[in-house]
Amino acid sequence: MTETEPSTAEAIVFWVCAIFSVAGALGLILSRRAVHSALWVAFTMINLAVLYLANAAPFLGMVQIIVYTGAVMMLFLFVLMVVGVDSSDSLVETLRGQRVVGILLAVGFGILLIVGVGGALSGMPAVGLDAANAEYGGNVEGIARLLFSEYLLAFEVVAALLISAALGALVLAHRERWAPKRTQREISEERIREGIHPTPLPAPGVYARHNAVDTPGLLPDGSVAEISVPGPLRARGDLRPVDTAALAETIALSEGENVLGPQDHPVADDPGTSPGEPK
Amino acid sequence: MSEMVFNDPWWLIILKVLAIFVMLVLLTLFTIWWERRVVGRMQNRIGPNRVGPFGLLQSLMDGLKLALKEEIIPKTAHRAVYWIAPVISATMAFLAFAVIPFGPMVSIFGVETPLQLTDFPVSVLYVLAIASIGIYGIVLAGWSSGSTYPLLGGLRSSAQMISYELAMSMSFVAVFLYAGSMSTSAIVAAQEPIWYAVILLPSFLIYVTAMVGETNRAPFDLPEAEGELVGGFHTEYSSLKFALFFLAEYINMVTVSALATTLFLGGWRAPWPISLWESANTGWWPLLWWLVKVQLFIFVFIWLRGTLPRLRYDQFMRFGWKVLIPASLVWIVVVAAARVIRNEYSASTQELLLVGAGALVVIVVGSWVVQIRSDRKEQREIERAKAEMRKPFDPYEGGYPVPPLPGQEFTYSSRRSAAGAVVAGTVTSEASQGDDASEESTDA
Repeated sequence: MTETEPSTAEAIVFWVCAIFSVAGALGLILSRRAVHSALWVAFTMINLAVLYLANAAPFLGMVQIIVYTGAVMMLFLFVLMVVGVDSSDSLVETLRGQRVVGILLAVGFGILLIVGVGGALSGMPAVGLDAANAEYGGNVEGIARLLFSEYLLAFEVVAALLISAALGALVLAHRERWAPKRTQREISEERIREGIHPTPLPAPGVYARHNAVDTPGLLPDGSVAEISVPGPLRARGDLRPVDTAALAETIALSEGENVLGPQDHPVADDPGTSPGEPK
Repeated sequence: MSEMVFNDPWWLIILKVLAIFVMLVLLTLFTIWWERRVVGRMQNRIGPNRVGPFGLLQSLMDGLKLALKEEIIPKTAHRAVYWIAPVISATMAFLAFAVIPFGPMVSIFGVETPLQLTDFPVSVLYVLAIASIGIYGIVLAGWSSGSTYPLLGGLRSSAQMISYELAMSMSFVAVFLYAGSMSTSAIVAAQEPIWYAVILLPSFLIYVTAMVGETNRAPFDLPEAEGELVGGFHTEYSSLKFALFFLAEYINMVTVSALATTLFLGGWRAPWPISLWESANTGWWPLLWWLVKVQLFIFVFIWLRGTLPRLRYDQFMRFGWKVLIPASLVWIVVVAAARVIRNEYSASTQELLLVGAGALVVIVVGSWVVQIRSDRKEQREIERAKAEMRKPFDPYEGGYPVPPLPGQEFTYSSRRSAAGAVVAGTVTSEASQGDDASEESTDA
């Protein structure tokens, strides 16, 4: 196999993607928001995938994007978004001197890597993957051959490891049910059979000043519909009282009396009655 | 790199890129009109019929209007990400089309070339990869809007894509096994004797289901469920940025339809009665067959939208993880086993079917026995749980406000009793204690 010089196109791809991926890596470290960091990682991964493609490893490049960018980073993003939109990390060091040690370790690791890889590669002719790809008739076939013959054990061990990890996560997240889950059908049948409230419960009240779930709605005759407030709140007694003066006014209005004089009625809403406040 | 592209001159590549771009934009405009007309008919309406012949120019006018509208960016939006999200969405939608074959070799200005921009050994994986980057557009749009409903839409979208992409890529595996290749043109060529939709029917059905989930279309349009999330991930987008999302959604519909055509319906190959005609699969005719097949899928999309109500989120997730993925896993094992038996023991189709039928009987009987046993166990569990539930409910158990356990009844004792709730300001200081609350309710 003779040594092959990279073509101009390949050189351009390398320099563009190399700069982009290093920039992405720096962005990961320097971003203050966790989501921005995750985006920079995704960016770096895509650039690496393009480099794989340019180096005659199309399968690896595509799998890199599908698995890492598409699944792993997406899960990261999902978790970051669940945790909170604005949870930018606190920059206070919890371990003293962590930053200095971290930088030292990173520099040391970088030197080791550059010296090691550089030493191993110096004087080696670059042959590319063409011969390896041609051996079994293509890149995909070559990888399949290696995975399922020479590295079969490693492949299966990794698979077992991943499955145990997934099972572990399932066990950790498992919840013991108190009772078998009722299906939608059972719930609705029960509701009809009881005959108390076959339709959905009325919505909480929406008023000019309050529309939270603890505010009961009014029935058409003006009476307070307590069932419009969720059960746990009712059980705890966290019902926001409906303004009686306003209620009387509503009833009066519905009977055709003019109650709105030049002065507004005094607002009978004591701030002390707001629910959830420790007393 | 040399295996990745056809030997086209540079001007032809540019021409093809341009043609695909124009075709996708036109298809989008057409699909929007087509959808509104079909849904209109399904709902006993006429649909847009004012602008141009049959209302064909309606979506063009809508697009112009959208572009000229005022753009409103929320104050809480993360500007850079907010800006880049629709760009990612739209770009990736266009990119995926690079490997779709439209037809066989044709002659363009004297150059013999296939009707396909490019192809390489893993081009189906390329479509998957591009689709998975495209999702970032939706997720980031949801996150960067700095608003609740878009965030929920983005969250749903990311979970949905991860789940349905799994089922989708597993439905590809059977096709790869049969075609012996992951390149789109090779897969089309391998379907010359028979379409994979026929011999790999379960894969086809799984793919068609997953593709509706992938494109956020009804009944799987949870990321933009207008009944729950206003507009979902694009609630805070307006003007051209919203138009980009719109464009991306419709191009994605065309893309997944084109991929379904390529993988399962023989790509640009003529369907049966037409394929008897000798020159059906030569020249420019295949482009027409391809277009008809893609439009067929798009019609299915529209039909689904006109027919089915939206799934609840948990139903949707359960369907993806507990039905689609196990089904495709089992199916892959079946297909792979059939292939191995065929190759190693050179068994005939008849023998294969016999063995398969025997295995099926064993599985059905076995699962029936298991079902009976698990039913009995469940019955015992229910009895045990019912005994547990007979404890009365104390809303302040252990001094903390707690919800009732499943099956426990609420006791409507309240700090402010039913009557007290109406009369403002009757709260007494000791009413916040649980024990007093029950007393008070008896007083009232």
